[in-house]
Amino acid sequence: MEKLGGIFNPSSPEMVVMAGLTYYIIAISIGILAIIVVAVTYIVIRYRKGSKDSSEPYQNFGDLRLEIVWTIIPIAIVAVLFQLTCSTMRAVDPPIGDHEPDVVVTGHQWWWEFYYPKSGVLTANELHMPVGERLLLRIESIDVIHDFWVPELGRKIDAIPGHTNYIWIGAGEPGIFLGACAEFCGTQHANMRIRVIAETQEEFNEWQEQELVIPSTPRSGIAAKGAELFQTKACMNCHTIVGTPAAARIGPNLTHLNNRQTIGAGVLTNSPENLTKWLVNPQKYKQGALMPNMKLTDSEVNAIVAYLEALK
Amino acid sequence: MSTRIPLVPENIKPLPSLKGNEGMLSWVSSVDHKQIGLMYLMSTLVFFIIGGLEALVIRIQLAQPEFDFISPEVYNQMFTMHGTTMIFFVVMPFLIGVGVYLVPLMIGARDMAFPRLNALSFWLVIFGGILLYYSFLTQSGPSEVGWFAYAPLSEKPFSLNKGPTYWALGLLAVGISSVSSGLNNIVTILTMRVKGMTMRRLPLFVWMILVTSFILIFVIPIIASAFAMMLLDRLLDATFFTPAHGGSAILWQHFFWGFGHPEVYILILPAFGIISEVIPVFSRKPIFGYSFVAGSTVAIGLLSVGVWAHHMFAVGLGNVANAYFSLASMLIAIPTGVKVLNWVATMWGGKIYFATPMLFATAFIIEFVMGGLTGVAIASAPINWVTTDTYFIVAHFHYVLFGGSLFAIFAGVYYWFPKFTGRMMSETLGKWHFWLTVVGFNMTFFIQHFLGVMGMPRRTYTYHDLPYWGSMNLLSTIGAFVLAISVIIFAWNIIWSLKHGKKAPDNPWNAWTLEWYTTSPPAVHNFDLVPPVRGRRPLWDLAHPDQLDEPNSKVV
Repeated sequence: MEKLGGIFNPSSPEMVVMAGLTYYIIAISIGILAIIVVAVTYIVIRYRKGSKDSSEPYQNFGDLRLEIVWTIIPIAIVAVLFQLTCSTMRAVDPPIGDHEPDVVVTGHQWWWEFYYPKSGVLTANELHMPVGERLLLRIESIDVIHDFWVPELGRKIDAIPGHTNYIWIGAGEPGIFLGACAEFCGTQHANMRIRVIAETQEEFNEWQEQELVIPSTPRSGIAAKGAELFQTKACMNCHTIVGTPAAARIGPNLTHLNNRQTIGAGVLTNSPENLTKWLVNPQKYKQGALMPNMKLTDSEVNAIVAYLEALK
Repeated sequence: MSTRIPLVPENIKPLPSLKGNEGMLSWVSSVDHKQIGLMYLMSTLVFFIIGGLEALVIRIQLAQPEFDFISPEVYNQMFTMHGTTMIFFVVMPFLIGVGVYLVPLMIGARDMAFPRLNALSFWLVIFGGILLYYSFLTQSGPSEVGWFAYAPLSEKPFSLNKGPTYWALGLLAVGISSVSSGLNNIVTILTMRVKGMTMRRLPLFVWMILVTSFILIFVIPIIASAFAMMLLDRLLDATFFTPAHGGSAILWQHFFWGFGHPEVYILILPAFGIISEVIPVFSRKPIFGYSFVAGSTVAIGLLSVGVWAHHMFAVGLGNVANAYFSLASMLIAIPTGVKVLNWVATMWGGKIYFATPMLFATAFIIEFVMGGLTGVAIASAPINWVTTDTYFIVAHFHYVLFGGSLFAIFAGVYYWFPKFTGRMMSETLGKWHFWLTVVGFNMTFFIQHFLGVMGMPRRTYTYHDLPYWGSMNLLSTIGAFVLAISVIIFAWNIIWSLKHGKKAPDNPWNAWTLEWYTTSPPAVHNFDLVPPVRGRRPLWDLAHPDQLDEPNSKVV
């Protein structure tokens, strides 16, 4: 059997607590539902009117004791539930105190920017984190309301323009955890995906070092042509490539696009072929995305792909 | 019978109903509550079919992963229009309409307190519906920002199309209609009851309409002002909800849910009323714990205005606010549970006749309890952080609004159709309709609970091919088509029965409330004579003079 996601695979301490509470309440609910279903089924079988029976049954107007009993029992259930709610909330969402955020998450229509203020890494859509560490994320939005959500790792938290939120997040085991924007944010809300890459501290450090390298601009061949096109074909109006004049943050930072697994916030896997297809017409794969069809010729596309691939 | 008394003195000048004239004009110009009620019901059937078709388009698009049936824009328009249509143009006007028809009859009145206002309320709904659907004719089509229209997505510069403007204008018209209906109901119920019909003898349906009407007049102004602010933002460059210019995006959510959660009770309380009428009649017993059913309705009404931010647990309001709104929301389970148990206790020991209305009412109990229980779960903030904005929520509120409100509406249609039209609906078609609805409904929505907790977000036009997601969504889509067949049967049953249904007697179900005393359909003036009201079940008292509900009450 293939592995189910979400609450069936809680992979962080926070998610284990929340999934536990969810299971608990589902169990109570199934119990209550079972009582009602059994009662109604019994009634349907037992008290069905006979076809020739025209007499009226005993006229019973109510019973105060019963009413009191079935008011008090739910009050007790609610009290228990409320207590569990509060303790779970405290466990999942402890006060941040004077912690500085480890990652600043900014929602954009329709991609995520991840900025690591301590190291200066700026990347998109893929959040790397060391296993077993609890990171504090600051959640913001540049345009409309989004919601940061990785179902196996934790809670949802809105990214709201003009309002800053924080969440704690950690992964208990290495792996790739899929997430997505959970608050409807416009045309391509469906393709605003998150990949959390939880890795060992060594792998994380290695990734961080790679991300901080300032790549050298290719000087010869088709890639050099691509570098030139990047600066002249309006790419630089929206994207950053460190070490070049391109420094805009409207679209994702492309400096280390090579390091990423997907393009278009999860629309395509990252490969030279897919990057080519994407550059020919991004609207074909992500209709409504803010990156327009740049109407590049095939040779221009190939040059830009070669350039982006050459950045190491 | 000498004990019968005429109800109210006949108006010296008769109201200008053209009932004598059978043409279209008699309907369009009518201020008769029965004609207006029927027009409400007919228009909601039309909107129900439109909203249902929109749902089918959504389900086709989701039938398999990465499917390409419609574009993302059209998908977003479809779920926006589906939600808006079903809430504001189907369930709400149906319940208001059936109330407009039945409340005066149930309290022995001649008409609503303000017949012209009543007509205005109805025509405003139609006007609002036209405004909303007119947006299909604009260049960029209808609104695609969801029925909740969160700012700043619904504002400039993120929505430059005309859709949300038409949407807000249309709903503003419906809002004005709802407030006037609410006022009309309250005045009618408080001042026009026949002698002997004390508040403690009021049929439970009328109680529920009364509480609903109070909720309407308190919460609709909240959203009406928010619509006005949104229109100012969109048309005159105000900045109420635009953070980039100093407005607040969260403020919109407080306004929206300050109305939006009580709205849920506006949609379910009259449905509780229908169930509270149908179950006793078909069980041949009085309602168990009348004052607890009525009192718990008042409790729900009061609590309903203090729970709105449970729609905003992911906003980050802080854990103190989250704890309060969790507790307040969970408390609603208590009066709701009291109701469910009273319905079950009413059936207990009865002699139950399972005609179609009772089938729907019985299924209602189980489907609604499902929706209620998931509702308690998601009232808990940490569970809400897991489930909100996923298909779990979609499943939850369809169990409440379809398994709850709509099942009750079907029960109500089969129950009162003979009174409305003078003909019975076909029981055979009714049973087909019932079983296909039960199967189709559960097939469509039960599986969505699992999709939700497995991580499928709502309002996404496409999804990755993750394990089981494709097959679960396909099952849901097939269920939606089963539901579509059931709706066709329902519509056909109405049309067929109007012409060929068995002639209905005045009181085919042997029921006890006053509307069953008059002819089917009732005369323009409702009653020639109203029987004496000596208890909660006037027609029972009439049939069983030796076994009165309130044997010590004075005869008036």
